[in-house]
Amino acid sequence: MDNIGCLFNFDNYKNNIALITNDREVTYKELDQLSYEVGMLLDNKSLVLLVCTNTIDSIISYIGIIKSGAKCLLVANTDIESLLEKYKPQYVFSPIEKNINAKVIKEFGSYIACKTNFDVDYEINNELAILLTTSGSTGSPKFVRLSYNNIVSNTTSISEYLKIKSSDRAITTMPMNYTYGLSIINTHLANGASLILTDESLMSKIFWSLIKEKKATNFGGVPYTYEMLKKLRFERVNLPDLKYITQAGGKLNKKLVLDFYEVCSKKNIKFYVMYGQTEATSRMSYLPLESLPEKAGSIGIAIPDGKFLIKDDKGCEIEDIDVRGELVYIGNNVSYGYSQSYHDLKEGDKNYGCLHTGDLATKDADDYFYIVGRKNRFIKVYGNRVNLDEFEHIITSYGYECVCTGEDDKLNIFLTDNTIEKLFLFNKLMKDTGLNKSAFNLVYIDSIPRSDSGKIIYYKLDSGE
Amino acid sequence: MENKEKYDKVFVESFGINYNDLTEELQYNSIPAWDSVGHMSMIAELEDKFEIMLEMDEIIDFSSYTKGKEILEIHGLKIG
Repeated sequence: MDNIGCLFNFDNYKNNIALITNDREVTYKELDQLSYEVGMLLDNKSLVLLVCTNTIDSIISYIGIIKSGAKCLLVANTDIESLLEKYKPQYVFSPIEKNINAKVIKEFGSYIACKTNFDVDYEINNELAILLTTSGSTGSPKFVRLSYNNIVSNTTSISEYLKIKSSDRAITTMPMNYTYGLSIINTHLANGASLILTDESLMSKIFWSLIKEKKATNFGGVPYTYEMLKKLRFERVNLPDLKYITQAGGKLNKKLVLDFYEVCSKKNIKFYVMYGQTEATSRMSYLPLESLPEKAGSIGIAIPDGKFLIKDDKGCEIEDIDVRGELVYIGNNVSYGYSQSYHDLKEGDKNYGCLHTGDLATKDADDYFYIVGRKNRFIKVYGNRVNLDEFEHIITSYGYECVCTGEDDKLNIFLTDNTIEKLFLFNKLMKDTGLNKSAFNLVYIDSIPRSDSGKIIYYKLDSGE
Repeated sequence: MENKEKYDKVFVESFGINYNDLTEELQYNSIPAWDSVGHMSMIAELEDKFEIMLEMDEIIDFSSYTKGKEILEIHGLKIG
């Protein structure tokens, strides 16, 4: 708790600009005052549900809550009814228009602070700071429990390798309740740097005029952001203030890494490829600039104070190069564990600083790591975490025999019945899953390859690409 | 193939909709298929079929079925 107070102690840069929007600027002195006013409303043993937006009032709330010692559940601006039931927070902070059924205790700017009627006394671990969803799984009550020490440790490591300075100005490109978006906010506020706040997407004119007029020096993006940037002809956009861009949130294919390396080199922009998970607060590794283009496709090396190991099925460390095994990370940023409801908030650290990432990886002779697959059957499709088994189940429920495989942003569907029309199936799936059909790849097969014991032999399936 | 026919076909195929859905009401985010992902694949398809290259501003401005016709006209393509 005390260390988070140090992380967000703004005394050394009171007059720096902390937050920028199209029509307002907030200094650190003002942020300090405004967040204090919000924090003093709270009982420091309480849980606060914060409906996040990339706005000044949302940031004021976040800083106010965690500096007060209260615990913060960060959620997207969507349906929160089921989460309220699961977590029974004492307070809800949200945009005014959200219409929360609770007593308003303060109105500030575009936000309100409400006291709920939940009359449940539950224990909360002292070290718990925030709760974040694992990305993309909207509506799920599963959250990652992060401690004060987790945030301080990861923020410090990231600040060190990215060399974040008070002159940096990041523009928001991701939701605040998403671990990567939040880490950009944390690292900038901890260094007296500025944040240009917007919820506009790359597809909006407003975004591009903000980035130019407010002179953004950096932004982050998931693989999908980079695909969009490529299609938007990023190489032809003139942004003289832009100093560096970062990529995380899934594997960016090697070709795009090389494309952006080349474009950025010409424009004198630094391009950082990184790797992380919510379960590790945010970041676990980065690719040092000088290692491109040679190490394109690699997730690089562990962040300062972190360490990677590769383990085989029996849990023994694999020392040899180019041998695949599960990537295991050790560091102070490894979360305490998960929670499904308020019952879990009393729990302490269950991971002891060690995270089994679920990613399969190899390392090379220089100790650079490469993700080569997933241990379980989860992939990410345009930012949504998709369980391939569940996806298969949806298609099977239509009455079609099928097998699905995939990698990030590409979902292969193998059907044994070649009379099923592609467009028909894709539209149906798009409706039922909410995923865009650009990610689907349909392959007709004669039969599903199986081993003697009846298990599907996935590597025998050829996706044709 | 006529320009209009080509233009319409790209929309129908990219978004999995019918020809009678091609109206002034068809806009970015007006149907689930026309989200940012769908937008980019539709643009790529148009560029491919008409052998043109749109500028970033044009891609962002391409906010509806009708607006798209105006943008293609800048590239000398009369859609009708």
